[in-house]
Amino acid sequence: MADQVLNLKDIRKAYNIDTEVETEILHGIDLNLNKGEFCALIGPSGSGKSTLLNIIGLLDRPTSGTLAIEGRDTGALNDTELTKLRGQRIGFVFQYHHLIAAFTALENVMMPMLVQRGFADAAMQQRAEYLLAQVGLTKWQNNSSQNMSGGQQQRVAIARALAVNPALVLADEPTGNLDTKSAETAFDLMREVNTTNGTTFLIVTHNMSLAKRCDRTIEVIDGAIHGAV
Amino acid sequence: MNSNIPFEVTAAVRFLREGILQTLLIVVGVAVGVSVIVFMSALINSLQSNLMARVLSGQAQIVLSPPKQSARPMLQLGPNSVVRVVQTRVQQQTSIDQWIKLRTILSQMPEINAVSPMASGAALITRGSATRSISLLGIDPDNYYRIVNIPADMVEGTSRISGQDALIGKDLAEDIGLRTGDKLHVSNASGTNRTLTISGIFDLGNKGANLRNVIVTLNTAQGLVDLVGGVSSIDVNLNDAYAADAVADRIVSAHAVKADSWIKTNAQFFTAMNAQTISMTTIRLSVALSVALGIASVLVVSVVQRTKEIGILRAMGASQGQVLRLFLVQGGIVGLLGSIGGVLLARLMLVFWVLLARNPDGTNFFAIDITPAIYAWTAVLATAAGILAAAVPAINAARLDPVVAIRG
Ligand SMILES: Nc1ncnc2c1ncn2[C@@H]1O[C@H](COP(=O)(O)OP(=O)(O)O)[C@@H](O)[C@H]1O
Ligand SMILES: [Mg+2]
Repeated sequence: MADQVLNLKDIRKAYNIDTEVETEILHGIDLNLNKGEFCALIGPSGSGKSTLLNIIGLLDRPTSGTLAIEGRDTGALNDTELTKLRGQRIGFVFQYHHLIAAFTALENVMMPMLVQRGFADAAMQQRAEYLLAQVGLTKWQNNSSQNMSGGQQQRVAIARALAVNPALVLADEPTGNLDTKSAETAFDLMREVNTTNGTTFLIVTHNMSLAKRCDRTIEVIDGAIHGAV
Repeated sequence: MNSNIPFEVTAAVRFLREGILQTLLIVVGVAVGVSVIVFMSALINSLQSNLMARVLSGQAQIVLSPPKQSARPMLQLGPNSVVRVVQTRVQQQTSIDQWIKLRTILSQMPEINAVSPMASGAALITRGSATRSISLLGIDPDNYYRIVNIPADMVEGTSRISGQDALIGKDLAEDIGLRTGDKLHVSNASGTNRTLTISGIFDLGNKGANLRNVIVTLNTAQGLVDLVGGVSSIDVNLNDAYAADAVADRIVSAHAVKADSWIKTNAQFFTAMNAQTISMTTIRLSVALSVALGIASVLVVSVVQRTKEIGILRAMGASQGQVLRLFLVQGGIVGLLGSIGGVLLARLMLVFWVLLARNPDGTNFFAIDITPAIYAWTAVLATAAGILAAAVPAINAARLDPVVAIRG
């Protein structure tokens, strides 16, 4: 348990509860992730992968079931505590990069640290510079995200997800919008961070060749986990 | 990024800068509104204080006079019938009872800053065959000049008077051809005569007063208006002119005098001023409201435009409070910038006003001033209004469900 980053037990998610159109999207998900695991989450479109990822990332609450991050049960936490835990222990990479255009690449990487501390400081900047160097974008650090290619933006987003040195990085189709070469680069980057830092990754992908290179593949079909865990 | 500036402020500035056109438009809108408010306020305030100063500089704030002798019914026959026998009084000047004692008491009241006894009454002046009826004002110069600034109104000679000196108005001087240094023969109904020396000529800015008023020493007047040893009124000025009603009431309740405050005697003037103030306030509030609504509507749009970014910030651990403040600060910045622009615009309007609004002789109507206090207040109020206007959009932003927001 101590070495598990994530424990899901019987997670259910339903929309329009107590109405005639109530629909359950997730039907009791059990899932554990060990520290340092690099997992792919696959499944057909509409099967509930994003819904599950948002619940794991504490952006959304399950209708029922228990969710523990690093052994800490999250059921009793209020919104403020969930926000804090999310900011400190979870990193996100989204399909459409989602950088904030009003800030430079470097500032985007600093952002998770900045919202947590409230003020910028030199250590934050050094950390962001280090991460941008890791993703090979030192030369671009003062560029606005608008002037970067999709692959570059996604590398910035990966650097940003690592900023607070989170226990778990959740990536929702991070390579879905990239050309093959950029997709390779982004994937290799995440894999490299995983091996050097031991950061746990859960990556939603439709790319089977990338999924095969993960430690484990979890398949979601119609809101339930399919096959062996 | 500056390490002394909170995240919310940095992000607010960046967001406003990114939508620079939108930002500029609303800042200009705020500036125009603020300039109208500042300019109008400055104009009306100056106008009012100028009028007030004119009213106050020519009269005492409280005038004490002997109590009215009312006619009384002499016989009451039954509950409903009265025989009204009105005793006619001899037309005669009366003095304020024990005025020296009253003056001492008044002088010691902390809210009073000037007490000036006066003996006044009608008299005649003659020069050759010309006779004019005048109003003789017998004063104690040191005290009277603290209430009515005669020295500032002198056009000739000196305002210092003693013994048998007299000051006359410009129009009277022209009318009967008198100059400083000339002799003036004054007489009254009971036949008392005096020959006075004109030591100066004043211009009170009012032809009637310039024709009628002749200022002499208290002593001289007392002899000429049958008030030897007495005074017909006492003028009183206060530290706070607006306390005149209250102080007048207190004096009346403690002493046997009648007290008229300038607020009562200028009631119409105050009614006009109040009407002006109310219409001004109405205009100011409507302009402020439309400015605030302008800020609010721009920010409502901005929240919609930035939905996705708000979602990202939330995913990265930004709290609802941080998102709320991010938009409140934007409202505040727009208000602050708008107020700075507005004050500059108001200054410009003022320059034009000074150029255009002139008396026939080319001098300015009166000085308009935008004081540092007005600058400060404008900035504070506009910033507060901006923050307030941002409240609704900011709450919307903070309440966005991060899952929905990220989906965009
Ligand atoms: N807010 C919502 N209300 C109702 N249904 C929703 C809502 N969000 C997602 N869904 C439904 O949940 C299902 C799973 O969606 P999602 O998790 O996005 O799937 P995936 O990411 O695997 O493509 C879809 O059928 C989608 O229509
Ligand atoms: Mg999805």
